[in-house]
Amino acid sequence: MPPSPTASNPPHTPIEIRIRPRAGWLWLDWRGLVEYRDLVFLLIRRDFVSKYTQTILGPLWAVITPVITAVVFATVFGRVLGVSTDGVHPQLFYLCGLLGWNYFNMTLSATSNTLRSNYGLFSKVYFPRLAVPVALTLSNLSTALVQLLTFSGVFVFLVITHPGEIAAQPTWMVLALPVLFIHLGALALGTGLILSAFTAKYRDFQHVTPFILNLLMYVTPVIYPISKIPEKWRWVAAINPVSPLIEGFRAALLGTQGFHLSYYGLSLLITVVVFFVGIGLYQRLARDYVDYA
Amino acid sequence: MSAPIIEVNGLSKRYQLGHFGMSSFREESEKWMRRLRGKPPLDDRAPPTEREFWALRDISFSINPGEVVGIIGRNGAGKSTLLKILSRITEPTAGEIVLRGRVASLLEVGTGFHPELSGRDNIFLNGAILGMKRSEIASKFDEIVEFAEVRKFIDTPVKRYSSGMYVKLAFAVAAHLEPDILIVDEVLAVGDMQFQQKCIGRMQEISRGDGRTVLFVSHAMTTIRRLCKTCIVLQGGRLHGIYPAEEAIDHYNQNVGGTVLDLDTENLPRAWGSTGEQARLVRIRTVNTRGLFFGEPASIEFTIRVRTALTGAMVGIAFNTIEGGRIMTLDSDASGDTLDLQPGLHTVTLALPSLPLSPGRYYCHAAIGRGRHMCDIIDNFALWEVAPGGQNDWESDRSFGGCRVRSLVTHESLPPGAQ
Repeated sequence: MPPSPTASNPPHTPIEIRIRPRAGWLWLDWRGLVEYRDLVFLLIRRDFVSKYTQTILGPLWAVITPVITAVVFATVFGRVLGVSTDGVHPQLFYLCGLLGWNYFNMTLSATSNTLRSNYGLFSKVYFPRLAVPVALTLSNLSTALVQLLTFSGVFVFLVITHPGEIAAQPTWMVLALPVLFIHLGALALGTGLILSAFTAKYRDFQHVTPFILNLLMYVTPVIYPISKIPEKWRWVAAINPVSPLIEGFRAALLGTQGFHLSYYGLSLLITVVVFFVGIGLYQRLARDYVDYA
Repeated sequence: MSAPIIEVNGLSKRYQLGHFGMSSFREESEKWMRRLRGKPPLDDRAPPTEREFWALRDISFSINPGEVVGIIGRNGAGKSTLLKILSRITEPTAGEIVLRGRVASLLEVGTGFHPELSGRDNIFLNGAILGMKRSEIASKFDEIVEFAEVRKFIDTPVKRYSSGMYVKLAFAVAAHLEPDILIVDEVLAVGDMQFQQKCIGRMQEISRGDGRTVLFVSHAMTTIRRLCKTCIVLQGGRLHGIYPAEEAIDHYNQNVGGTVLDLDTENLPRAWGSTGEQARLVRIRTVNTRGLFFGEPASIEFTIRVRTALTGAMVGIAFNTIEGGRIMTLDSDASGDTLDLQPGLHTVTLALPSLPLSPGRYYCHAAIGRGRHMCDIIDNFALWEVAPGGQNDWESDRSFGGCRVRSLVTHESLPPGAQ
């Protein structure tokens, strides 16, 4: 085989890698991540294929599960327990709440186990460790977009089948949906990275994560509108960074009134902190956790 | 002379022993609370030196571009740790490494292969994990498939591959990396003999042809001898030295010789309930302390302790390949002569004018008995390496493998037109 200088490594740009013990915490290998962007895309693909091979319905599962969940929620919480949906059609209300929540839930669950479940890979080869959780976040984003389409489909279907009954309608905030998705993704990724770092060190956290997520759904306005929280407990919703995002989705897609900019500002602040703490912790652990994991 | 492509300065790596890492959250938080209150930590009963272990201590060396360097040493000498740090899998505790070029490390073949993905997808995924760009992989795709001999199955999920196909595909991807520095662990110890030869050939091509720098860890001195000009010898986490390959292998052999070529077999486990009561093999050694060499004289000496007289006895040794097939047996009564052994200690030596085993590693089994009755059988008492012989090295390079014995050759030229 003739020696062929590769495109990424022309002879005139010398590469120099220095390996030494690092002291800092917030060392972010953006450049490495960009260099390995092909890997990120292939990991997304891997995630997708492994999820849906040998299934009959394939990606349809991303459509079916939230729809059925919404139907069950509408029956249990709407009919049986009589939880208010602020006048929004229950199907749309729950489907919209689940849209955001599912993305958060799936991304956090997937990323929170990164270090542990990829031990075999991380102990044999080097690549920017962030590539794996970033790919997971993006692959879940694509699932969330499928669910957004599902929501739109159900919306149109209900408007046609129940003419005049559906009062809800999208607002100008729809334009902010990309921001909401990115925000939610960053929050889930950041939290997932923190939990991943803890799980790598203390196995206790693998039990904690699903548990926290379960409880968090009940303190987040997924199955009820934020307006139904009594005034004296409203602060709980305010400090929960997920709530304003779920309400944001509803305000954008259904025109509800539960979105408050002040809550959103706090959520943004928390997200930025969580995101960077997560990246710092994760990379700190990824540097040598193979020695003791 | 350009700058060295790899520079290692004062590299050290410390591991914590004991329950570190398995500590629960409670213990850790207690430790933190004590630290916050300014109290001394609780669990420092053992002095720190007993709870830590230096896998590498103050290693320094440099390697020039285009060199192929072996890293050898006994188990626990620090080879794997050194590779892990060079591959950026873990961090050093102290010291620094400068790598001037693109690095790819192969500590395992098929890292990141996903069973559900097709061969095609796995080539791309594995290539990307090893640091190749999509476009690079695409341009070498056909070569890789050709090398792996799996074209027919390229769109089949690899979980349906035979293990041989799987390994071949995995190695094919790795073999087509084009880094400036290639770091290879003993991954060549996979696959059948023929495929191993192909892999070694490819390694030679990479290093000789393309002028890449290769770092190669192996226990197989045969491979080291074929691939490397110089070797780094590690001993107990420290640098023993950097020597030309032959000299390094001598150091290595001296280092392990006491345990490998000369064995105290008194207390090894016995096979098949053979007791070793009447007669027992207590020591087995090669008479040439430098080792066993293909095509050169070889003598194996057995020391036997006899309790009650044993007449018509035989002593034998058998060699199995790594894959487990028996390839050669030597027994003292093959020529029809048996041994009469009176109580006491005896030595019996089996000598061959020319060792027919081709270079490689063999599991050795030994036995003493009489007719069909076996008094003492020791399975797997050693893993002996047969090294290439001195003069006729091409014979081992040609490598028909197996057991090469002389035969009586007759030759006759047939007249034209004969059937």
